Amino acid sequence: MGAQLRVYRQRIKSAQTTKKITRAMELISASRIQKALGRVQASTPYARAVTRAVSAVATYSNVDHILTTEREKVERAAIVIFSSDRGLAGAFNSNVLRESEELATLLRSQGKEIVYYLVGRKSIGYFAFRRRESLQNWVGGTDAPEFATAQEIGEVLVAKFIQPAEEGGVQEIHVVYNRFVSMLTQTPEVVRLLPLEVVEGIEEPENKELLPLYEFEPDVAGVLDALLPVYIESRIFNAMLQSAASKHAATQRAMKSASDNADKLITDYTRLANNARQSEITQQISEIVGGADALSGSKR
Amino acid sequence: MAELGAHELQVSVVSADQEVWSGTASMVVARTVEGEIGILPGHQPLLAILAAGEVRITTEGSRLIANAEDGFLSVDHDTVTVVARNAELA
Repeated sequence: MGAQLRVYRQRIKSAQTTKKITRAMELISASRIQKALGRVQASTPYARAVTRAVSAVATYSNVDHILTTEREKVERAAIVIFSSDRGLAGAFNSNVLRESEELATLLRSQGKEIVYYLVGRKSIGYFAFRRRESLQNWVGGTDAPEFATAQEIGEVLVAKFIQPAEEGGVQEIHVVYNRFVSMLTQTPEVVRLLPLEVVEGIEEPENKELLPLYEFEPDVAGVLDALLPVYIESRIFNAMLQSAASKHAATQRAMKSASDNADKLITDYTRLANNARQSEITQQISEIVGGADALSGSKR
Repeated sequence: MAELGAHELQVSVVSADQEVWSGTASMVVARTVEGEIGILPGHQPLLAILAAGEVRITTEGSRLIANAEDGFLSVDHDTVTVVARNAELA
């Protein structure tokens, strides 16, 4: 076998092996998307109930809470980045990191100092490589987020937000994560978590109705104290679940195109190998014919 | 006001990662930080913080007990929502 032919055959084989791997990863993430989406859906009743309760307080009372009031002076802002633990997900992680860089530039231009909280090994690697500091990291479990992690992150963030500025507290908290739009689209999303902005989907009481007199137990302030951290946790948990679902979708797409590319490579190399084989045969025939000619010519 | 005459409560018990139970009930008894509270159809809107303890839901002929810790209870238009990070049916 000619040297060229052997090289082509080897390449075909390696492309085939790679394809097997990428195909397997594609199938695995395809099955995980469904599971992750199921979890997003399962957590929706909770998120909806919490949102509704917060908007009820916001609508039916006018109490200011430390978590909802804008600070007069913002010296420091925190950015929470939700990335994944593993790569091979196309632009998933770079999207979210690019978005957070843009946010950081914007905040810096407003004269705010920035501190980072990182979730997922990929963003931590990104920061370590650039020798940048981060306040706290959470690693592991980005594929199937636990509520306990969201709770922990929420507690840390709220504690940092309540801390006075002189002691290193932050006055603004932003989160950056990938939102699952569809199997094909996942968009990086930037949300200001604290101070809380107008609650999403505030339920406007219907005009004809009288505002019901809400009763709060123990009192409005007490209810807000208990409710707002829960609301923040549920927002964080939602971001984590969305990010997990997006990660699986991104992996599936990346692996699908990798498999397709492998297919294309295999076809290309097969053509080249056929060519090489054919030219080898042609050469051998012409050598034999030439040799026979020479021999028969010398006999005469 | 949605049917004032209705004598049923729409109850749902949700925890952080799933809806634990939902259905209609005639009465809900829960323990809030201020003490036990019973809710019957037609109750005024309420938002209460739950204390550790159980929530008893009385449905037609049967009784359901749920453990809800660290959560809250909201009542609005005969819709009762028990929300807790960790809620389970006992």
